[in-house]
Amino acid sequence: MSGSRPWGKIILFSSIALFVISWLIKAGVLSSTGGVTDISVRDAFFVTLAAFLTLAILSFLYKDNPYYKFAEHLFVGVSAAYWMCVGFWSTFVGNFIPRVSSTLSGFFGVPFKEFNVFYLIPLILGVMLLMRLSSKTGWIARWPLAFIVGTTAGLNLIRYLRSDFVNQVSNTFVPLLVEWKGIGPFFSGFSLSASGQFTLSLTNWVIFVGTFCGLVYFFFSKEHKGFYGGASRLGIWVLMVTFGASFGYTVMGRVSLLVGRLTFLFQDWLGLIS
Amino acid sequence: MKLKILMLCCIMFLGAVSAGLAQGNIDTSSQTTTPTISPPASPGNLRAKDTPNDNGHSITLSWDLSSDDGSGNKSVLGYKIFRSTNRDSGFVERGVSPSGSKEYVDLGGASAEENDYMPNNSDYYYKLRAITADSMIFAEMAIFGPIQTTGQWYNTSRTLILLFVLLFTSLMVYFIVKARKGANLFVRKLAGIEAVDVAIGRATEMGKPILYVLGLGTAADIATIASFTILGRVAKKVAEYQTGLIVPCNDPIVMTVAQETVRASYLDAGRPEAYKENMVYFATSMQFPYVAAVNGTMLRELPATNIYMGKFYAESLLLAETGALAGSIQIAGTDEVAQIPFFVVACDYTLIGEELYAASAYLGREPVLLGSLKAQDYAKAAIIVLAIIGMIAANFHWNNFTEIFHITN
Repeated sequence: MSGSRPWGKIILFSSIALFVISWLIKAGVLSSTGGVTDISVRDAFFVTLAAFLTLAILSFLYKDNPYYKFAEHLFVGVSAAYWMCVGFWSTFVGNFIPRVSSTLSGFFGVPFKEFNVFYLIPLILGVMLLMRLSSKTGWIARWPLAFIVGTTAGLNLIRYLRSDFVNQVSNTFVPLLVEWKGIGPFFSGFSLSASGQFTLSLTNWVIFVGTFCGLVYFFFSKEHKGFYGGASRLGIWVLMVTFGASFGYTVMGRVSLLVGRLTFLFQDWLGLIS
Repeated sequence: MKLKILMLCCIMFLGAVSAGLAQGNIDTSSQTTTPTISPPASPGNLRAKDTPNDNGHSITLSWDLSSDDGSGNKSVLGYKIFRSTNRDSGFVERGVSPSGSKEYVDLGGASAEENDYMPNNSDYYYKLRAITADSMIFAEMAIFGPIQTTGQWYNTSRTLILLFVLLFTSLMVYFIVKARKGANLFVRKLAGIEAVDVAIGRATEMGKPILYVLGLGTAADIATIASFTILGRVAKKVAEYQTGLIVPCNDPIVMTVAQETVRASYLDAGRPEAYKENMVYFATSMQFPYVAAVNGTMLRELPATNIYMGKFYAESLLLAETGALAGSIQIAGTDEVAQIPFFVVACDYTLIGEELYAASAYLGREPVLLGSLKAQDYAKAAIIVLAIIGMIAANFHWNNFTEIFHITN
């Protein structure tokens, strides 16, 4: 460990030197278009900083290192502070103050709206939550937690019953023989040559069988043996095929994120591509 | 001579015509015709009613189409709807309904702060105008009103959901009572959950902590609530085995609930003194900084086991891949369909969707959870039966049955 310290210092100083050189070059490039201004020097600093932080995060691909740790702690600290400010100014000042106090609204420079007594309920719940900071009154904090979890679970029950239950059940109401009117002989209205008719029928079969077997897989009261075993195996195959398609689709999205980051490095920072 | 006079007259006439054409003074109306629009026939029978199954602030209008809409001279392009609080004046345009449509829902604002505030229990008057391509040519109907908006306490279109809630709750209560009476309610083995105990034992043997990630969900998400139950079970085992536990949280409320859960588990295990407040901590609310924090923890603390249970988004693969690199046993569970594939490829065990909910019942064996799991199974059986009936109904065009499941709002 002691032997690696000189190398660590050398790498650190080299990185600082590279940062400064990169900043100066970038400032020079920016100023060549509009003259040396505070803005070009500042912009060059932030572009260079963003590039170095990107490289520091990417260095995690090699292994955990001090540069990654620095970027990680900066990232975590800035984001936590940022969201605290957003929460204070958008929720507390933006929503709460204008509904309860004209004096405080004036103090924060937000227009006072109508006084609404219901806005005092979240205030009381919030104060109760803060009671957990004290060991003596900590038990009070459990009441708002119970309220939050219980209320939202109850509200979600209706929402999920509608979106995940009723709507999905109704989506399985599909004819297995498309365009068959149920009049005359069984296949009187069915034709393989009809445009899309066979494909649509096959799609509906996949929906029906896939839903049936998928539900059997998620049936926990029966051991997966015999008929249940067969159906649940088919169900897990349907699920895996779906996951495979979803995986490929999402990976393509992630590649586009990488392309975005590389574009920033090669275009905005290094200027190698236009 | 006559010929000269005739030629002169012709030249003068041609000159006058060309000069007139150049100045645009010649009336060519006799040669080309401008398209004209005759006033369309008026739409008929304007009706208005308070929109049903809502909290008020809305009126539903309907009318009979103008005879020039789609037939006749086909000049009607749409219908403009005007509203006023006074029968004689102050009509304001509320919207345009395209030709062929016979209904329009006038939805106003629900609070006084909104521009188009439409208070309940006030009188409103409507008039309808059939419009053509020429804004000056239209046909207007007689004014309808007054009509009032009111809110309803019961949404009749959601009666089906109420029935399902009652059915499901009845089943749940029945099975909970049965479980409390000591009935043996069978739940099949879940490989992922069986592995939890093994993984905790492994961590104890290795002297390394267990990392439990609750995901990015809020305390309101069902997956997070299920994850709290599993966390309680894991924390109890951890307390019994005296293994370390790390729970980085993304949401302050989730952190608070998680702290209470872990504290209660340590108390249940008879080791309240072993509980440390900093076992469960808040990292940050932002997605990728949270990932950076958890990834850093994985590589520095080198936990023997990583458990991911809850709501996950794009961070799922980043976390699971880092955990695999760190050599940890990984068990994951989420109901986010798009993220399950990443856990499947990068984790040792994955609880797919509803298995996450079942896991809490399977682990706890508490009558309340077992009862709800049994009720869920019966609900699934009901879905299968309904799907079969619905499929037959769709084949035979029994629309009355399929319409029952069509919930409008």
